Amino acid sequence: MSLFLNECYTQMNQGEVIVAYKGCINADIISNTLNLIESKLDESVPNTPIRKKLYNVLVESLQNLFHHVDIPPDLDIECDSNFGVFILSKVDNSFRIATGNFIKNSKAPILKEKIDKINSLSKEELKDFYKFVLNNQTFSEKGGGGLGLIDIARKTGNKLDYTFYDYSPEYSFFNMNVLINE
Amino acid sequence: MELINIEGTPKTPTVTMNPTTGVVEIKGRSIPENSIEFYKPVVDWLDEYSSNPAPKTVVNVQLEYFNTSSSKCILDVFKKLEQIKQVSADVVINWYYEEDDEDMLEAGEDYESIIKVPFKMIEIVD
Repeated sequence: MSLFLNECYTQMNQGEVIVAYKGCINADIISNTLNLIESKLDESVPNTPIRKKLYNVLVESLQNLFHHVDIPPDLDIECDSNFGVFILSKVDNSFRIATGNFIKNSKAPILKEKIDKINSLSKEELKDFYKFVLNNQTFSEKGGGGLGLIDIARKTGNKLDYTFYDYSPEYSFFNMNVLINE
Repeated sequence: MELINIEGTPKTPTVTMNPTTGVVEIKGRSIPENSIEFYKPVVDWLDEYSSNPAPKTVVNVQLEYFNTSSSKCILDVFKKLEQIKQVSADVVINWYYEEDDEDMLEAGEDYESIIKVPFKMIEIVD
């Protein structure tokens, strides 16, 4: 099991790592991670709009891990909440945010379809799609608004790169990588 | 009606709502995991206020960051303001954004295109 995760982790680990985390995800961990990263960014990213954009995408990425996670019953990690992987790194002239979480295979096609749709849209189309979902979709029971991925694509202006790693007949490990250009 | 004064935290904004002056302020960061819980008293207050609003309602929104979960709740707040505008015509939303923060300006413009209340985009220059 941990061998599987380590392999996924290695594949996600690229460039000069600023923060890397693998473990339980809850509200406190998100707050602490954001505080830590914010203080690092204040020193290393002098451009305020880029820093704000990066921080915004970080918030969405971490909260996606919080809201959308399925945990395989045989995972030998004790979490009272969710389990996820998160890596912020610098690759060439971009910041790279890699996130990973388990997902039930039954939910994978819907997620894949959604990301492919987002990736196919132009800047203007993304704006319209965002406004449509904002105005028409109700909250999921976990409090997610269905807007996170659209917002990430819109703010970064980049495609969402993703991979589903086979874990078991019922679960996959979903990895998503986004770049924020400096 | 009561005056509302919610102190800000690293994840939630400072909110002040004055039924006499009609001034509402939402300021700071809005990135809670559960934004419905945070915004419920705000929406409820506006609901009550809408039955007897001040002659002029001014809403100042000055957010540094907000997450997508909050964006839905902020829309709910603005929809209440739309209702108030039907009772008392004078409602304005001042949307503040920091110099060069195009994402925040664009977010304001998104709301402006959905909500039938006049918006004023105000750039904060250091």
